[in-house]
Amino acid sequence: MSFLPKPKLHHPGLGCNSLGFTKRDYEGAVSTLCAGCGHDSISAAIVRACFELDLPPHRIAKLSGIGCSSKTPTYFLGNSHGFNAVHGRMPSVVTGANLANRDLIYLGVSGDGDSASIGLGQFAHAMRRGVNMTYIVENNGVYGLTKGQFSATSDKGAKSKSGATNKDEAIDLVGMALQLGATFVARSFSGDKGQLVPLIKAALSHKGAAFIDCISPCVTFNNHQGSTKSFDYVREHNEAVNFLDVIVEKEEIIVDYAPGATEIVRQHDGSLLRLRKLGESDYDPSDRAAAFTFLEQRKAQGEIVTGLLYVDPTADDMHDLLGTTTTPLNELSEATLCPGGTVLDKLNASLR
Amino acid sequence: MLQIVKNEGTAVSVIAAVNDFVVKFANVNGSGSASANQLFAKSIIRMGVPVAPRNIFPSNIQGLPTWYEMRVSEAGYLGAREGTDLMVAMNPQTWDQDIASIVPGGYLFYDSTKAIPHSKFRDDINIIGMPLTELCNHEYSDPRQRQLFKNIIYVGALAALLDIEIEVIETLLKEQFRAKEKLIPPNIHALHVGRNYALTHLTCPIGLTIRRSNEVGDRISIDGNTAAALGAVYSGATVAAWYPITPSTSLVEAFTKYCGRYRVDKETGQNNFAIIQAEDEIASIGMVIGAAWNGARAFTATSGPGISLMQEFLGLAYFAEIPAVLFDVQRAGPSTGMPTRTQQCDLLAAAYASHGDTKHVLLFPEDPHESFLFGAEAFDLADRLQTPIFVMLDLDIGMNERLCRPLTWDDSRRMDRGKVMTSEELNTAKDFGRYLDTDGDGIPTRTYPGTHPTRGAYFTRGTSKDRYAKYTESGAAYVDNMQRLLAKFRTAETLVPAPQIRSADTETKIGAIYYGSTSAAMREAQDILTKHNIDIDLLRIRAFPFNDDVRNFIASHEQIFVVEQNRDGQLRSMLINELEINPAKLKRAVHFDGSPITATNIIDKIAGFLPAAQILEARSAL
Ligand SMILES: Cc1ncc(C[n+]2csc(CCOP(=O)(O)OP(=O)(O)O)c2C)c(N)n1
Ligand code: SF4
Ligand SMILES: [Mg+2]
Repeated sequence: MSFLPKPKLHHPGLGCNSLGFTKRDYEGAVSTLCAGCGHDSISAAIVRACFELDLPPHRIAKLSGIGCSSKTPTYFLGNSHGFNAVHGRMPSVVTGANLANRDLIYLGVSGDGDSASIGLGQFAHAMRRGVNMTYIVENNGVYGLTKGQFSATSDKGAKSKSGATNKDEAIDLVGMALQLGATFVARSFSGDKGQLVPLIKAALSHKGAAFIDCISPCVTFNNHQGSTKSFDYVREHNEAVNFLDVIVEKEEIIVDYAPGATEIVRQHDGSLLRLRKLGESDYDPSDRAAAFTFLEQRKAQGEIVTGLLYVDPTADDMHDLLGTTTTPLNELSEATLCPGGTVLDKLNASLR
Repeated sequence: MLQIVKNEGTAVSVIAAVNDFVVKFANVNGSGSASANQLFAKSIIRMGVPVAPRNIFPSNIQGLPTWYEMRVSEAGYLGAREGTDLMVAMNPQTWDQDIASIVPGGYLFYDSTKAIPHSKFRDDINIIGMPLTELCNHEYSDPRQRQLFKNIIYVGALAALLDIEIEVIETLLKEQFRAKEKLIPPNIHALHVGRNYALTHLTCPIGLTIRRSNEVGDRISIDGNTAAALGAVYSGATVAAWYPITPSTSLVEAFTKYCGRYRVDKETGQNNFAIIQAEDEIASIGMVIGAAWNGARAFTATSGPGISLMQEFLGLAYFAEIPAVLFDVQRAGPSTGMPTRTQQCDLLAAAYASHGDTKHVLLFPEDPHESFLFGAEAFDLADRLQTPIFVMLDLDIGMNERLCRPLTWDDSRRMDRGKVMTSEELNTAKDFGRYLDTDGDGIPTRTYPGTHPTRGAYFTRGTSKDRYAKYTESGAAYVDNMQRLLAKFRTAETLVPAPQIRSADTETKIGAIYYGSTSAAMREAQDILTKHNIDIDLLRIRAFPFNDDVRNFIASHEQIFVVEQNRDGQLRSMLINELEINPAKLKRAVHFDGSPITATNIIDKIAGFLPAAQILEARSAL
């Protein structure tokens, strides 16, 4: 497989963000995924979120595991360094990368097989360590790349394309992320750009482990009747609890909303999350325990809860916990790092 | 009360030796014996006599028996030696096996407070009983003090029995408790309680004595794990990710300790390092790879089981060309094997780690001094070669304090970060191809993420790619890349530490190849063989890939013994495989029961291949 190079010409009509970049500057190679694959919509949402947040593309590092979902970093942010790790192990590579340079923005992309099966351990530990990153699982309930086996997020009773029934309980990564101490937890749907783009923007501006479980139908292996991850099924059962706007500080804040229905959350970097509550629920995303209960209740009713489910806007990240210097470790020189010959002489003397 | 008692009616031979014997302490773990035993070893070293101490600690922690074995050798042989000349038996649980390990004519020192049946002793050893518990109970009322000072009391008694200068021990105690001066007088008191008892009630000295000498020089005592950790500190490692496993744990503990001492910013209190205890070894190496990809110097420390878990990632690091440093402190495998015993058994697992065609650079330090050197060098090599570098220690080097040359550092030394393009270089460069070999050494150029807004970004992947890091499944591009990796490995040959040759005085057609912790025993074996007119040239391998010196050494000898501490002769296989040597020419001389190899082990293995008469003579001299 090889790619046709994309023309790098800027369309005169394309708008620029405050850095002078057009959306094109955030795009990548042409996708080789199946036409209509949910993952491509998520890539498009990532491009838009980064463009709208005015992020310098080269200050983002994009990392992934293995799978159709994990292939996608090639298809967005062509000016960013990327890393396709091994299956299920993206979190450890991001953790190490983040240790080396705390100043970059880390975007990890994974699949449900990648994160809920082979990589469940690494997923869990990245969340509990508070690695400052955005972790997106492109959740289609199957192994796309290996052609349609059930994954660990397949719902019990869901039918495969060939008619087999999944007998095992599903792992809910949102529930796990909450339990493990992730400080930003959301669920979305690749088919709902209006909801997804702001969530990605909010996650990218969040300091700490930000997790988004994004349901992303596999049109080839899991979009049939009887699947609980098909476009139709998700559209019918999607229960969005809130709608989010992300306001970066430099923008003027116009507060105009009905009291009680809207909540403003200020994150570490100054960004504001304006949450409009939807439906009848009075969902409070600052209450971790309530989030658990709510998710369980709605799940029992067959609903898929989406939106920003939990956020702790002032969380500490891994570096805060480690007490690491504010200078990226990869910039420190001998003068700071090497104790020098005299110290060694003293050490020798103490060892005689 | 027993004096030196030769059991009635038995003609006991009595060993007599000056500065050349083995003392073994059998203790119960947690009784505070470790520091007393170290004090004892150090006092002999301070008298200018080389000592090689070794901790022996079974993995089964029930009952917690431990041994501390000290070889005293004025000749400077720091390898292990069979048999115990003086057994300090402080653990009733291991009494029988301890008594059995004493050489005929050797000595047993024990606590005679409680009567021990005659049948529990041996007729052919010299028995020295001292009522240690009784003395302590008499001297101290606090049970904690009774336990603690008992150890110092026996050190005092042994000092008298072996004629060790008591002032030396006093000085050491003063140094040890410099920060807690209150503790100095009671310790010195306890020392004299033991010494005085021995001088008045026992025959002092016994046949084993220490005489002041000048054979230690400026050498230091340090364990290999600590020295390797210092190497990492000195060469600017900032990220350590690890998962606890014996015998590598103390390496990261030492790194933590020295970072705490040297790497905390005095003004801000911030850490110029990051250490993560990962969830397993897969995550450890993943973090190291992530950090190194992003421009930090990063390492992990582990042992065989950890290396097994890291296999997939190591293939990625090889193929995607990411620097990584691994300290493999080897222990006996396979599986959990003998986790607290030493072996050199991970060579093949490390050299060819992962699936597909891979080859990794290995370094073999012989002692703590080289653990420091190679520990530091590994980071330069990793950056220069953009590949994983394994520093192959083992339990014997890693966990025992060994007398070695002092550690030195040239302050003008700068980190070699290898071929990394800066933002300015990217501005002026005509071209950037991540896997482009521009100067023929097989090593491409990399960029750190975040360097330049529009140039130098590339995609790292384990799948095949072209020279510009673009995904491709073209067979030609794949072969091109794999051949370049081979060329890079040939470059590695010129950069890694060269082997060292120790020729016999007379020209000989017999050679031995060895590496790592076998060093001390090998040199001793060579000396013994020389004394018996068997000349043997030695070549010590210090790294893989092997260079021409190794090839030439093998070519210029008729018979080569490959001496190593594993069952299958792993280095031998690598030599055969990599240098295309006729297997018949390389004789396997292996020792792998988990104990450190000795000169006797080596001579025994070589014996089968040499003229019988000569060998018999050599062995009888041991
Ligand atoms: C160690 C290892 N085992 C198995 C595979 C094969 N494999 C590749 S992708 C994949 C599953 C991917 O599923 P998921 O993460 O859900 O991604 P999707 O393709 O559905 O987006 C598997 C099992 C592999 N690459 N590595
Ligand atoms: S197989 Fe499924 S997941 Fe993979 S690209 Fe096709 S539609 Fe997407
Ligand atoms: Mg999937």
